[in-house]
Amino acid sequence: MSVVAGQRTAYVNARLLDPASGLDESGAVLIEGNKILEAGPGLFPEGPADDVRVVDCGGYCLAPGLIDMRVHLPEPGGEHKESFETASAAAAAGGITSMICLPDTDPPIDNIAMIEFIARRARETNIVKIYAYGTITRGLEGSELSEFGILSQAGAVAFTNADRAVADALVMRRALAYAATFDLLIVQHPEEPRLAQNGQMNEGEMSTRLGLAGIPAIAEVIMIERDLRLVEMTGARYHAGHVTTGAAIEVIRAAKARGLPVTCGTAPHYFTLNDTAPMDYRTFAKVSPPLRGEADRLAVIEGVRDGTIDVIASDHRPQDQDSKRLPFVQAEPGIVGLETLLPLTLALHRNEGIGLLDLLRRMTSAPGELLRMKEGRLVAGLPADLVVFDPDRPWTVDAAALQSKSKNTPFDEFAVQGMTMCTIVGGRHVHSLID
Amino acid sequence: MHILGMEGVPREEIEILLDLSESYIEQSRQDDKKSSILRGRTLINVFFENSTRTRTSFELAGKRLGADVINMSVSASAIKKGETLIDTAMTLNAMHPDVLTVRHGDSGAVQLLSEKVTCSVINAGDGSHEHPTQALLDALTIRRRKQSLEGLVVAICGDILHSRVARSNIYLLNTMGAHVRLVAPKTLLPAAIEKFGVEVHHKMIDGIRNADIIMMLRLQTERMQGSYVPSTREYFRFFGLDRDKLAVAKPDALIMHPGPMNRGIEIDSELADDIHRSVIHEQVEMGVAVRMACLDLVTRNLSRNTGENAQ
Repeated sequence: MSVVAGQRTAYVNARLLDPASGLDESGAVLIEGNKILEAGPGLFPEGPADDVRVVDCGGYCLAPGLIDMRVHLPEPGGEHKESFETASAAAAAGGITSMICLPDTDPPIDNIAMIEFIARRARETNIVKIYAYGTITRGLEGSELSEFGILSQAGAVAFTNADRAVADALVMRRALAYAATFDLLIVQHPEEPRLAQNGQMNEGEMSTRLGLAGIPAIAEVIMIERDLRLVEMTGARYHAGHVTTGAAIEVIRAAKARGLPVTCGTAPHYFTLNDTAPMDYRTFAKVSPPLRGEADRLAVIEGVRDGTIDVIASDHRPQDQDSKRLPFVQAEPGIVGLETLLPLTLALHRNEGIGLLDLLRRMTSAPGELLRMKEGRLVAGLPADLVVFDPDRPWTVDAAALQSKSKNTPFDEFAVQGMTMCTIVGGRHVHSLID
Repeated sequence: MHILGMEGVPREEIEILLDLSESYIEQSRQDDKKSSILRGRTLINVFFENSTRTRTSFELAGKRLGADVINMSVSASAIKKGETLIDTAMTLNAMHPDVLTVRHGDSGAVQLLSEKVTCSVINAGDGSHEHPTQALLDALTIRRRKQSLEGLVVAICGDILHSRVARSNIYLLNTMGAHVRLVAPKTLLPAAIEKFGVEVHHKMIDGIRNADIIMMLRLQTERMQGSYVPSTREYFRFFGLDRDKLAVAKPDALIMHPGPMNRGIEIDSELADDIHRSVIHEQVEMGVAVRMACLDLVTRNLSRNTGENAQ
């Protein structure tokens, strides 16, 4: 469906879920062109006007479109693994209306030309919205700062070195201090690289059994504890890109209680799988940071429940067969996650009793606020980026049927519940099973 | 049928293999060492990692059973040209070998290769994971000297962290009812090793006190990234086996080593040569017998299949 300026569409018979306002009621959303005009219960007491197109949501949930703030989109450099087109199709199928791409492309996103390249490819692809991070340091090398000011004016939403930690304390101090000057967000890969060096999976009984070098859980909390001291010193906004251990969550919980401007995220595989998943050298379960022990998996769920974990993102990282069909040591890390983000997260509602709004907040308004985006809320005047989903519909993940160009998922044949029925970006249906 | 590791292999199967090995010891001691059990069979030794003794042992085992044996040193050829493990496996498989014995520097690589071929695969050592024929030959050596493994105190000393020999031995010895102790500095012990049914010691004389068997491991400097022990002389002082430390073990305790030895690093040179205590050369002899038994066993199922197909 294309958008005609001024065209009004009413999404009726929906369970409206707006995490930012706490709204969870039956109602409707009226959009005009690419903007939300009205949203709420009792919107059309006499039915929508005749010139309004009506989409019946069939009682399904209608929420702001998901904002996935951690996506590896390896174009340029890894087009054989994923392109803007395939990633966008996967995002649309997963209810994601905005993707924020990590800057570890080849070449990396550390200059205006690259930011503009991403923006141009996003415009050309024109399925979902695609934003980019800039690197913290030039060439991801970890020594010289990127041009935060210029890059953010050009469109970089925040700064990170993707899956590389900024290891040098002095560089991190300056990155945070300089970012604070412009009120920019720094996203760290919380892993002490020397402790993680050569590590293939979580250090523990399973790594010993498999004879694989382990990455100790403390590599995470050590890096976060150091960074928190620097945050306290500089006042910068700091986000731990993905936390996977109870110790790290505990430290962030305490830092938040002290009022530090600290947030963190995680990905569905960290609360769904543990370090037994790489058994039999399953390279699809190789990720960075690694899947942790069961106690840490449970701690991640508690972190989501009590709000210590602010964001859930897919950490989508496509890898082709040639990067995975290798001895574990040689295989690349990563899981494709765009299409499983929503159903795997909804499992926390069904199995762990975490509120639907609480979970959605971590994929909508929370990343939206962190990145100072206007998207992520059901408010009049904001972009009509919406997702309609059936929270209960069961389906089975079929790796071969994923929209992503790469099929590297440990969730193949995994039974899940929760299906995206319609994804609306700026008023356009980019994926729909209901019209 | 593959032999990929000792983890989870039941006692009965280990005993079958050891009994079968026993029957092959004599063959190697005769003037005519050759039989024809594997006549017409092709064995390829695929070594992605350098090895002299294990490859030679497998080669002799195959030849003494009458198989055609080819040795391939892959590190020198295909890998350098960028061929993947799976491509190498498929290529070899197309030549219709009956058995591949595979050594690879990466843990799990032999299992991965075994999933892609139609012949039998014997793990000749993969990374820090397993080395099943080494554990079997150790067990055979012990059993011949001590009659049974049941109840024996076996101290495995040294670089446990990087050792596939230690892992395979821990599984096998536990299954056979031996009591396993590990002796190493904390830097050379893998995580959660105490969950593997072993007693862990950091002081050598505590670890080998009253031991029946002392297995010394080689300090695997080639797998070490960075410094695990400050110096070899310090290592020898605290974790090397010498006469003083040996005095606390049982008077008839046997010394074993999977080789190659670093004399003066993990074991006193004179002790290694002490024919009353050291069974290091016997281990090598048992190695050939055990590998003959493994080759015999993994090709038995093949024979049956081929026979049925032929009819």
